[in-house]
Order: sequence, then structure tokens, then C-alpha cells
Amino acid sequence: MLSFIVNKQRVNLDVDPSTPLLWVLRENLGLTGTKYGCGMAQCGACTVHLNGEAVRSCVAPVSRAAGKEVTTIEGLSPDLSHPLQRAWIAEDVPQCGYCQSGQLMSAAVLLREKPQPTDEDIDEAMTGNICRCGTYPRIRKAIHRAAGMMTKGEAR
Amino acid sequence: MSAPQIERREFLKFSLAAGGGLLIGFSLPGADMFATAQAQSITVFMPNAFLRIGTDDRVTVIVNHSEMGQGVYTALPMLLAEELDADWNKIGFESAPVDPKYNHPVFGMQITGGSSSVWSAFEQYRKAGAAARGMLIAAAAQQWNVNPATLRTDSGAVFDGTNRKLTYGQLAEAAAKLNPPAEVTLKDPKTFKLIGKPVKRLDTSEKINGKAVFGLDVKMPGMLTAVVARPPIFGATMKSFDDSRARTMPGVRKIAAVPSGVAVIADSFWQAKMAREALHIDWDDSAMRTFSTNQMMQQFREQAKSPGTNVRREGDPDAAFAQAAKKIEAVYEVPYLPHAMMEPLNCAVDLRADTCEIWTGTQFQTVDRANAAKIAGLPPEKVQIHTTYLGGGFGRRANPQSDFVVEAVHVAKVAGAPVKVVWTREDDMQGGWYRPAFLHAIAGSIDSNGNPVSWRSRLVGQSIFAGTMFEAMMKGKEYDPASVEGVDDLPYAIPNLAVESHKADVKVPVQWWRSVGHSHTGFATECFIDELAVLAQKDPYQFRRALLPKHPRHLAVLDLAAQKAGWGKPLPKGRARGIAVHFAFESYNAQVAEVSVDDGKIRVHRIVSTVDCGRYVNPGIIAAQLEGGAIFGASAALFQEFTFENGRLQQTNFHTFPMMRMNECPEIETHIVENNEKSGGIGEPGVPCTAPAIANAVFAATGKRIRKLPIRMTEAV
Repeated sequence: MLSFIVNKQRVNLDVDPSTPLLWVLRENLGLTGTKYGCGMAQCGACTVHLNGEAVRSCVAPVSRAAGKEVTTIEGLSPDLSHPLQRAWIAEDVPQCGYCQSGQLMSAAVLLREKPQPTDEDIDEAMTGNICRCGTYPRIRKAIHRAAGMMTKGEAR
Repeated sequence: MSAPQIERREFLKFSLAAGGGLLIGFSLPGADMFATAQAQSITVFMPNAFLRIGTDDRVTVIVNHSEMGQGVYTALPMLLAEELDADWNKIGFESAPVDPKYNHPVFGMQITGGSSSVWSAFEQYRKAGAAARGMLIAAAAQQWNVNPATLRTDSGAVFDGTNRKLTYGQLAEAAAKLNPPAEVTLKDPKTFKLIGKPVKRLDTSEKINGKAVFGLDVKMPGMLTAVVARPPIFGATMKSFDDSRARTMPGVRKIAAVPSGVAVIADSFWQAKMAREALHIDWDDSAMRTFSTNQMMQQFREQAKSPGTNVRREGDPDAAFAQAAKKIEAVYEVPYLPHAMMEPLNCAVDLRADTCEIWTGTQFQTVDRANAAKIAGLPPEKVQIHTTYLGGGFGRRANPQSDFVVEAVHVAKVAGAPVKVVWTREDDMQGGWYRPAFLHAIAGSIDSNGNPVSWRSRLVGQSIFAGTMFEAMMKGKEYDPASVEGVDDLPYAIPNLAVESHKADVKVPVQWWRSVGHSHTGFATECFIDELAVLAQKDPYQFRRALLPKHPRHLAVLDLAAQKAGWGKPLPKGRARGIAVHFAFESYNAQVAEVSVDDGKIRVHRIVSTVDCGRYVNPGIIAAQLEGGAIFGASAALFQEFTFENGRLQQTNFHTFPMMRMNECPEIETHIVENNEKSGGIGEPGVPCTAPAIANAVFAATGKRIRKLPIRMTEAV
């Protein structure tokens, strides 16, 4: 039996510990906001937070989460109030939307660590997340916008 | 989906009562777990197939095109809401079921493709909104006992001269009892409140909180998950398989041969995938065992030495070439490319004795239904397709054989339970249906004044129509119009001009890929015109200008791009600009790329992309499509190819098939040419110019010509 916390709720699961966290989130826990894109940590669509760090859940065995805290896109905010979500709306970022959960989860770690990221910081933090539709220019703008909102104290 | 869930029985009752014809109610399985805060709407008014209005004032627009990122779930509701005078904050959307009433008015089937959604819906959705508005006004007139001509509408309500107000929700029940108007009058475009405005997309919220349901996210009670072991080489057939170990693995429910390979059906994806790895399959791969793309391109080069099927001929290009003052010949090559949508293919099927329900992200509902019905052994009307969000499409999800849908129905036949077939990234990339590799051999010449006198393009590549139901579109079956589009209408004033096409007899499955033939004709023609400009010692922008006297719309986008990019103005040391212009899918695009080349590595710093797509609906979405189109085009130009050796594809995932990433992404600036021409496309027209603009900029920076994609400086000439 594996036990960990997902979006502030404790879960206990009887599952093969080598199963990637991604598929446990999606299939055992019904949290389908986290996406499968490549299965080899190349595209970032599966990015979640494990004890606050961005990890590629497609290559992280669920055993790695044991006793830890996982946050998925469903747990980023209860009501679209995270500065990044508000900035994503303001900049009309998503096209197909499939990669956006992973983009947001990567960006959330970036903003926590660097509240005023430079373009270089954004390059470094976001280069692991592929967007086939090509929303990168808007993602960049939205991250800067979210950083601005946080500085002005508009954040929660 | 943000659309309210409707009790099916209620829905049928009300839609019949409203005289709107029979529709099958649709709610995504599992969507109830995502119950939104929105009020449950009771539908009472459904004047036609394209909208419903509830007593809670909610207007649900039923969209007959698939949302794959291009914004149809916003643009089409805008068209309808404009004429309805709806309150935009009360607009929702829903994907249409498969039904002839949702057919594309020009293509005659339900399809999302050809960058045609907005222009094909432009009047259709406006008329649907206007008809509903007329009925709501009539209902208010009855209630107030006044002449309908004295009433006006605004923001989801009808008003009389004294500003008495009835909302559309309040009028819905009464309006449902009326007959739709025989004729409707559409608004004067000068009075548009929504059309032409950068309205925010309606689908953003659920795409940033994990609630949007893509095909891969579909759940059904008792659903199993399958993966299929497909042949390692195209055309291979299965001789036998040994599943003795796989069968005993955890969660495995069934392993069975299906026409496309061996299906492994399990409780979960990971269990199915693990069991597939334990299968031993003996394939007969003799058909293409020796196939290599290197050899194929060599063959293409040989073919291009002889005349092909005539596509277009003016004057005598061969004689003019022979006599010309200066001449140049160039061979351009582009590789096979996969669509590589971020969401790999998948399809969920619930097959019963007398019905077949399919949930998938498809661009090709009518064709998929017909193909699925054949496999299910049911009449098409017993098959329903529920279109989810598409995690990218780019043409792959409009497959003439419905490969991923047909296979899933085959799997459902052996599964004995609802089942979702999931393709891994490797499955998706190796599954075929690529943009065909193409070769363009071009010979051109100029006179002593530097004016072009001849141009002859010979194309070699596979037809995407041959062998499909679209073969009839091949003019006399001598050549494929989708192979030569973008060169058969070369706009430049050149007195002696020929376009010839060679068929390539190769068995790699090929298909339309964002911008189809234009993806290679744009590259070859816009690089070659640049080569002619240099041969003539003229500025590439001015050289093009002088050859476009009869093409004002080409000129307008070209001039705007040059102006906004600062064409001719100094740049930081090491940087240079390249330009390209192209017409595709009824729209005109020009791009200027600014690059530098350092130690063989190309950096694209900036792209300016301009478009004339006629009357447009949402400039915000147009900007997004141009940005995305340029990035899609730049990925192909700089990084991407699919190659085969010994029949096997050499690329399998994003480590060998790279995408442009954030750190490589240029600054992109977009501009729209304003006019009142008929609407053109926007999803694809922004792709073709990117590769030639970059390649021409690389020449300007280095003096080296790029004639092969992806660009490698080691192959520049």
C-alpha cells in the first residue's frame, strides 16, 4: 500500500510501485489534467509538483511519491485565481491546450523561485515543455504578466 | 466542455417541440465529475441545429468543426452571437454530433480541414443566429401585442420603444412554439459588435485547470485500455505471435489479433503497455525491408531529369532557358514529416449489439462514422461520434481510412467491454500518414536586364490522394492537385513557365499536413525566386514586387511585412533578413525572418508575419495562428525530418524528432491587412513562408544557399 498526498488530500493506493506517477494520477485517481505526451521526459506535458519541485511524472515511479506531497494542475488553485492562470487568460495563451497543464506547473515553480524572472530565467525553466501549437511567445508574456501581478500585490 | 449537461429525454422532447429536428443528446462520459458551477440549463428553444437557449438565458452554440487549437469554439459562436445580439457572457459551446445537418456547406461532409471553418461558417452561423433572433422578437411582440418592427434586441434581450425588456431566457418557451422565419436579414458589417474584435477565447478556463476533456481523458464505466502492437515496417504482415508470458501479466484481460496488429487489452494503460513489451511477434516485413529515404531521394533526382506530367505551361520555357543571358538550376528537397500532435492518437469505443458510441478527437466525423459502421456491422446512423477536444490535429486526425477509429472498433469487437485504444508517442510517430517527402527541380533564367524569362518546376513526390476516396479530385488522375498547389498558381510575371509533376511509387502512408502541398511548394518557389533575384543582382523584396503587378493582395502583405520588419535598414552585425510571400487557403501571407549563423548554428531572432485573410472574425485568434504557424514552420525548417533505413523509421520520439522550444523561439510580430474581401483561411496560411524566409535570411547572412530541409549549414551550397 502506497500512501501520499495529492492536492492536499491523502491517498492510499494498492498499485504496482513501478507504475509511473502519471498513470496513477490519471487512471487510479481520475486526475486527467496531467497529460501524457512522450513517456520519456522530453516534452513536459506530464509536469507535476513533488514536494514543490517540478517533476516529469511520466518517468517518476509512483513509489517516488510515497510519503510526499503531489500537486497537479487541478490543485494549482481552486478557482483559476493563481496569478499564472489569470495571466494565461489575459494573454489568451492556450490553443489546443494539451500541453498547458505542464507549462503552468513548470511556470509555477519558476515564479516561486524567481518572482521577477528574466527572459533567460524563462528560457531555462520552460525549455523542457514543448508546445506544438507554438504558444511560446504568449507563455513568455503571461509569465511576465503574472510576475507583475504578484509584485503589485494582486496575488492571493 | 462548458456546455450544460442535458437529460437526453428532455433534450429530445424539447428539440422536437421546437421543430428543430432530431438530434442525439451528448454528454461526455466522466464529465459529471467535472461538474461546473454553471447553472443547469433547461433547454426550451432550439430554433435550428446550431443553438439552444435555456430559460436561464444561457445560449449554447453547437459547433460543427473540431476544436484543435485554432479557435473554432470561439470564432463560430461569435458569428452566431453577433446576429443573435446575445450576451457574450452567457454563451457556451458544444461539439456537434454527426449528422448531415452539420456538414461542411462546401465539402459536403463533416470535416475540419483546409483552413475552412470560419469562411464556411461565416453565413451559416450568422443566419442561424439571425433566425433565432427573429423568433425571439416575434415571441416578444406577441406577448406585448405590438408590431415586431418596433422592437430591438441587445445583449440577450428584446426591448420595446419604452425600454420594456424580456430576456431571451424569458422568451425561450414562447419562441419555441413559433416557426423559424423563411428569410433573415443579416446585419450591416458596420454595426458588428463582436465580429472583428479580439474577443477572448471561450475555452481557456478549462484548458488551464485540467478540466478540458481530450480523447485521452475519456472515461466510461467498466472501460478497459488497449495498446496495439503494430508492424515495425510499413506493409509488414503478422505471421504469428506468442503471448504466453504477456497473457499472465497483471491486469491483462485479452490479447488478440486485429487487422492492424495484436491488441493487448488490460485494466490500465501501463499494464497493457508492459504486456505488449512481453509479446513475441513474427512479422513478414519483406515488402519494404530494403526501403531507405536516401535511395528514394536519389531515385527522385533521377526522375526529375525527365519531363513530367504537364500541370501548367506558358510560352516555351526550355527554349527560353537555352537562349537566356543568365540561368540557374536548383534542386530543393524536403523530408517526410509527422504531425506530432502533443496528444497522441487515441479512440474510445462502446460497441453494443445495436449501437456503437465513439469518443475521440477527430477532424473527420462523417468519414469516420461510415468507416466505423462497416467494421461494426451497423448502419451509419447507429454509430455516433462524440468529438472531444483535440490535442492538436494538423491534418492527422482527418484520415481517409479512419485508421485510428477503425482499429479501435476492431479492438472493441474483441474486448467485450468499452475500450480505449491509446497510442504511445512512438506508436503515433511510427504510425504513418506523414507529409510526403518532395523534390523540386527548378530551372530559371533572366535576361540581360535582370528580368526573369523562364521558370520550369519539376516536382517528384507521393500523391496524398492516390488510393483514397479523394482520388476523384485528381484532375484526370494524371497528377495530384495537392502536390502542386502553390506552384501551379505561381503569381510571378514570367513569360515562359512550366510546372511538371512526377508520381513517386512509394508505399509510405502519406497525408495532408498543416498547409499540405504549400508546405513544400512555398519553400521551393520562394527560395528559387530569391536565387533569381540574386542572379539579377536585385534586392529580393523589390525583385518580387516588380513581378507582381497583377497581384495587389500579394503586394500588400509583402509591403507590410517589409515595412514592419524594417527591410533594408541596418541590423546588428552578423544578422540578416530573408523574405517570402505565398498564397494558400484563400489567404495571403508574407514573412520576414531575421537570423544569425554562428559556427554553423542558426538562430532565428525575429519573424514578422503579415496576412490578408479578407473579412476576419477574431484578430486575437489570427495573431495566435500566425505565431503558431511560424513556429510550426520554423521547427520544420530548422530541426525536423523523418528518415528510413532498412525499412525502419529512424525517429521515434522528441529526442530524435525535435520541436522548437522556448529558448529557440524568435520574437514574432503579426499584422493584418484590413479589407472587405471574402474570408480566407488562417490555420495553415501562416506556415509556408517561414522556411523560405529563414533560408533566404541564412543566404543573406552567409552567402550559402539552403536547398534542403531541415537546414544544415554543412549541406548549404
